[in-house]
Amino acid sequence: MRLAPVNTATFVEQQSSTAQLSIRNVTKVFPGKRGWFNKLTGKTRRDFVAIQDINLEIEPNTFVTIIGPSGCGKSTLLNMIAGLSSISSGEVLLNGAPITGPGSDRGMVFQNYALMPWMTVEENLRFAVETVDPKISAKRRDRILKEYLQLVGLAGAEKKHPHELSGGMRQRVGIARALAINPQILLMDEPFGALDALTRGFLQEEVERIWEQQRKTVIMITHSIEEALLLSDRIVMMTRGPAARIDEILDVPFPRPRNRETIQQHPAYPKLKAEMESHLFRETRAVEAARVGR
Amino acid sequence: MALSNAAPVVGKTENQEALWQNESVKAFGLFMLSLGLFLLFWEVGARSGWFIRGVPTATETLQEFWWWVTNPFFDNGPNDLGIGWNLLISLRRVAIGYIAASLVAVPLGILIGISPVAYKAFNPYVQLLKPISPLAWLPLGLYLLRDSEKTGIFIIFISSMWPTLINTTFGVANVDKDYLDVANTLGASRLRTILKVIIPAALPNIVSGLRISMGIAWLVIVAAEMLLGTGLGYFIWNEWNNLSIPNILVAIFIIGLVGLLLDSLFAALEKCVAFGRNS
Repeated sequence: MRLAPVNTATFVEQQSSTAQLSIRNVTKVFPGKRGWFNKLTGKTRRDFVAIQDINLEIEPNTFVTIIGPSGCGKSTLLNMIAGLSSISSGEVLLNGAPITGPGSDRGMVFQNYALMPWMTVEENLRFAVETVDPKISAKRRDRILKEYLQLVGLAGAEKKHPHELSGGMRQRVGIARALAINPQILLMDEPFGALDALTRGFLQEEVERIWEQQRKTVIMITHSIEEALLLSDRIVMMTRGPAARIDEILDVPFPRPRNRETIQQHPAYPKLKAEMESHLFRETRAVEAARVGR
Repeated sequence: MALSNAAPVVGKTENQEALWQNESVKAFGLFMLSLGLFLLFWEVGARSGWFIRGVPTATETLQEFWWWVTNPFFDNGPNDLGIGWNLLISLRRVAIGYIAASLVAVPLGILIGISPVAYKAFNPYVQLLKPISPLAWLPLGLYLLRDSEKTGIFIIFISSMWPTLINTTFGVANVDKDYLDVANTLGASRLRTILKVIIPAALPNIVSGLRISMGIAWLVIVAAEMLLGTGLGYFIWNEWNNLSIPNILVAIFIIGLVGLLLDSLFAALEKCVAFGRNS
């Protein structure tokens, strides 16, 4: 098991040959409304450039966090990697092959869990596993379900429906479902955003524990500086939108396995934290100023 | 632990409060009181001639009611049929028309709902046909089908279709995008997405559509049967011709009771498919 590839981290502009996921000159434009019909109804709208010229190389087995002010297009970028949103220009390469749509090589964890309320915990996982591999044997399938339910600490809750679970437990199901299809990359869109502070902290440590066992490439979106520092190897800081771009990439040198107390003792912790804070404050202030000025 | 220790204490204080302070007990008391006052007013009013001539007293009506429910099944020809038979005839018509309407409306609603183009294209029909009074179809049905029995079923069919169709379409068209994203990221086929995600997600809407349709079917059958041959609606019409007001009141009460029963069946079904969602 290799540690975080801190030393191999590249600058954004350089193209890496070892990268698992390459984001190259990616731009997302939400087209406006034009044409005579829309003019007549007064519904014309200009094109909106959400993100512009994003370049990012992600090495295998790296935990990457994307952080930025709200509305900067983080989720748009993640949806493009997931294949849920089309890419306006540029390309996203997974193992050298361009991404054209959604696929089971990428597992997604949603902010609102997105569990099917009519399925039990086990059925939610089974739906994922059987969709990806319809011909899977019942024995193998049940072994996978058991393994991942145990991994996220949900053994015993198999027969419960999502509405009977707490928010934290629901997101555990969400994580188990994303991992059960054995994806190459795990995409997490503000996975703890809807949780209360205590559950959030607890689940962050759980994710750190699970990551130590699985070491999958993870791309996570977050608003929380502490969360990014606890979990990630690299932190991608984005500027405000429209036409958001990558401002800076931080390498996080803390040794693993980590926990909240030990990383705070690390000499690099205060500096990293201060840098992220000043970046986020600056961008957020600019966003607010732009809103007031309008 | 603190919680489980606290729970019995709370329970105890609740038990200690007097029985008459309990909300359900209070509500029941108010219900019985108002019912008693109403029956008293009716009885005294009818006896002392406050209303127009011929209004039966409450006791008279209750006696009639008891007689009809204890002798539901007798058959002395179409104009002297037990209320049980009439009820079964009405229920049978409703069942045939309603089930046929549901079998058309649910699949059609799903097809229209999953395609935005079909939704826009067929919505005008639905919106135009929905507000038509069911009885407006009666002459057309009689002319086309030339049979009163079939016409009754046809009216039930045509009037109980729209709520189910509209609700199914709405439910299917408004499935939470997160669910679809999940199916998409897993690479689920269109058919699998429809069967495993879209239909279960829309089920609460579909069932509440079925519930509204059932209510309408039950409303319509009584009105339609007044112009047809048999059933509860005809029973009322026949008793009006006999000027037997107590029997009309009995039939009205039974119609309400059966409607309530049918509605609570669907309310229970709604709970079954909700899974914590409230719609």
